[in-house]
Amino acid sequence: MSLLEIKNLHVKVDGNEILKGIDLTVNAGEVHSIMGPNGSGKSTLAQVLARRDAYNVTEGSVTLDGKDLLAMKPEEAACEGVFLAFQYPVEIPGIGNTYFLRSALNAQRKHRGLDEMDAMDFLPMFREKLALLEMDDKLMNRSLNEGFSGGEKKRNEILQMAVLEPKLAILDETDSGLDIDALRIVANGVNSLRSPERAMVVVTHYQRLLDYIVPDFVHVLVDGRIVRSGGKELALELEEKGYGWTEKELAGARG
Amino acid sequence: MTAVAQLESWLENFTEAERSAPGRALPWLKKLREDAFARFCEAGFPTTKDEDWRFTNVSAIARTQFRSARPAKLAKSEAAARRVEGAAAQIVLVNGRHAPELSSLKNLPKGVTVASLAELIDRDPATLEKHLGRYASQERDAFVALNTAFLAEGAYIHVARGVVVDAPIVLLYLTTEEDAPTVTHPRNLIVAEDESQVAVIEDYVSIGGESVAFSNAVTELVAGENAHVQHYLIEREHLKAFNVSTLRIEQGRSANVASHSVLLGGGLVRNNVHPVLAGEGGECLINGLFLGTGRQHLDNYMHVEHAAPHCGSRQFYNGILDGQAHGVFHGRIVVHKAAQKTDAKQTNRNLLLSDDAQIDTKPQLEIYADDVKCTHGATIGQIEENALFYLQSRGISESEARKLLLMAFAEECVDRMHSTAAREHVVRLIRGHLLFMESVSAPAKGELEERVMEEVG
Ligand SMILES: Nc1ncnc2c1ncn2[C@@H]1O[C@H](COP(=O)(O)OP(=O)(O)OP(=O)(O)O)[C@@H](O)[C@H]1O
Ligand SMILES: [Mg+2]
Repeated sequence: MSLLEIKNLHVKVDGNEILKGIDLTVNAGEVHSIMGPNGSGKSTLAQVLARRDAYNVTEGSVTLDGKDLLAMKPEEAACEGVFLAFQYPVEIPGIGNTYFLRSALNAQRKHRGLDEMDAMDFLPMFREKLALLEMDDKLMNRSLNEGFSGGEKKRNEILQMAVLEPKLAILDETDSGLDIDALRIVANGVNSLRSPERAMVVVTHYQRLLDYIVPDFVHVLVDGRIVRSGGKELALELEEKGYGWTEKELAGARG
Repeated sequence: MTAVAQLESWLENFTEAERSAPGRALPWLKKLREDAFARFCEAGFPTTKDEDWRFTNVSAIARTQFRSARPAKLAKSEAAARRVEGAAAQIVLVNGRHAPELSSLKNLPKGVTVASLAELIDRDPATLEKHLGRYASQERDAFVALNTAFLAEGAYIHVARGVVVDAPIVLLYLTTEEDAPTVTHPRNLIVAEDESQVAVIEDYVSIGGESVAFSNAVTELVAGENAHVQHYLIEREHLKAFNVSTLRIEQGRSANVASHSVLLGGGLVRNNVHPVLAGEGGECLINGLFLGTGRQHLDNYMHVEHAAPHCGSRQFYNGILDGQAHGVFHGRIVVHKAAQKTDAKQTNRNLLLSDDAQIDTKPQLEIYADDVKCTHGATIGQIEENALFYLQSRGISESEARKLLLMAFAEECVDRMHSTAAREHVVRLIRGHLLFMESVSAPAKGELEERVMEEVG
């Protein structure tokens, strides 16, 4: 059984069809990259997998470990091991980073029948992850993402992922806006989580990230459809030629 | 009840009260009460035609025939269960009467007096005469007039010059269930002399089943030069309660006063806060939080008067309204001609959790000086879907995520509270109340789903 199986997924937002029949299978241990032009539906796919309910699935199915993912609420999907690193992480004043993360971890542990972690157990583990992402622990005393720079927000997403240890991590443009040092740190954090039990779906516009997080598969999403899939060389080809040729191909396929 | 029958009923109560009132032989006090009653009879209860009461209909109070609340005995555990952890002293009043056996007034530092007002009227009325009834205006407000007419029971707090009390002093007002609608008129006088420092918590609680009860409270707070005073009002009575509270603050030179209001309970609540910055360089913080559900009506009427130069006032009120609750924030700022260099700020933020919840927010600036800075702003919004999804996407349940976001919104107000004991007390109450609000609104949502199912099926 595959970890994630998406079949003929159609999604509407505000009455417009954004995803027009996506098929994608991701096995444990694999890293898939999704590339594609602006507005092609990459974030929509990511958010649907994280179960945002503003997105209306009109057709198709998605299973996670054989369970119907589309029947889950966002928190259930999270507890079942789905993690989305947001393209635009949300600032939430008044909720502390550390408190939030421990609450989230404990909610997930509870779901899995594990004991809650108290602060004494949590902190040493948390410090380790902070060090991994070279993050200043002073940031953690602040409210969730409040006043964080773009790069700090992205690093905070990966920090959360490192703490929550998901089965399926979806990274939505985690590299956008990062300078090369931050990119290395983030990629290092992501790579440290690669394991045979864990899969990743990495949405990006840039080959640069894929130098650090080397994918097993690359998919090209154009206008709500996966128009090409291939190995890591496909990313290089895209970098060279742009998406123009995939679109032409798509038009050819249609016409 | 006709208007005449109403007055007759109040007159009956008044005559009865006057017969046994403390200090009934004191001419000044007798006159204060009688003038106030006359004023009340003349004015009658306000209507929504009155600009100050536009959003709040008190006909439910006007219509009801109240009798004075009866004395009741409560077990120590009842009061103990409601006490504020870490208080310096606590005076408990049950159905408006001082209950010495439930109060703890020992361990107060030297220079601090906490006493029952009624007892002090008997023992040492001269001390009271200077301040009592001098500030709260009966002319403007029929409820203040009514309270003054029945002035008898309440608390008196005096902090001598330069004395600092660290922990808060608590006035706990408990009302018990009765077989007819009852009224109490709590009256408090807080005098903080020059350079003193004190925090006072007024906490209104109902005990037992829900019977109609009306608390018509007035507190006069006098802050001397450079005094630092915090006042907390906590309303957590049951949903059949009426509560009209007036806090009148008189601030001396460079005095620093904070008024914190936390409205959780009560069916019909009017919270009047009226600071007068009467000395140069005074600072006043007017901070509040109101959480309403069901058919609660929570009205906050701020009347901030700048009467001297170089004073600052900051108003922050946050409201959360669910069900068919109706919130009001009326922020009136009056800057007198002499009050140059006034810096007055007002912010009211609201979250509406249901389509039927309602908020009326109204700034009212009256500025007679020419060199002043006055700003005001109000927002009305919902829980942010983005934030909710973000929290849920990490595994936190929707209901928990909602409460976290609401708590964060409420804590904007809590964070402005200086006293740790008050803060912890208030946070505990807010947490409990958010759970209550959720439990009230949850079945309604269930019903709604059922209805939708029926329509579909
Ligand atoms: N909430 C929404 N309401 C209306 N339209 C939306 C909404 N969210 C996304 N869309 C539309 O859906 C399409 C796909 O958007 P999506 O964010 O998935 O693209 P993307 O591939 O992630 O683009 P980018 O590379 O710019 O991040 C766009 O045309 C966008 O305008
Ligand atoms: Mg996107």
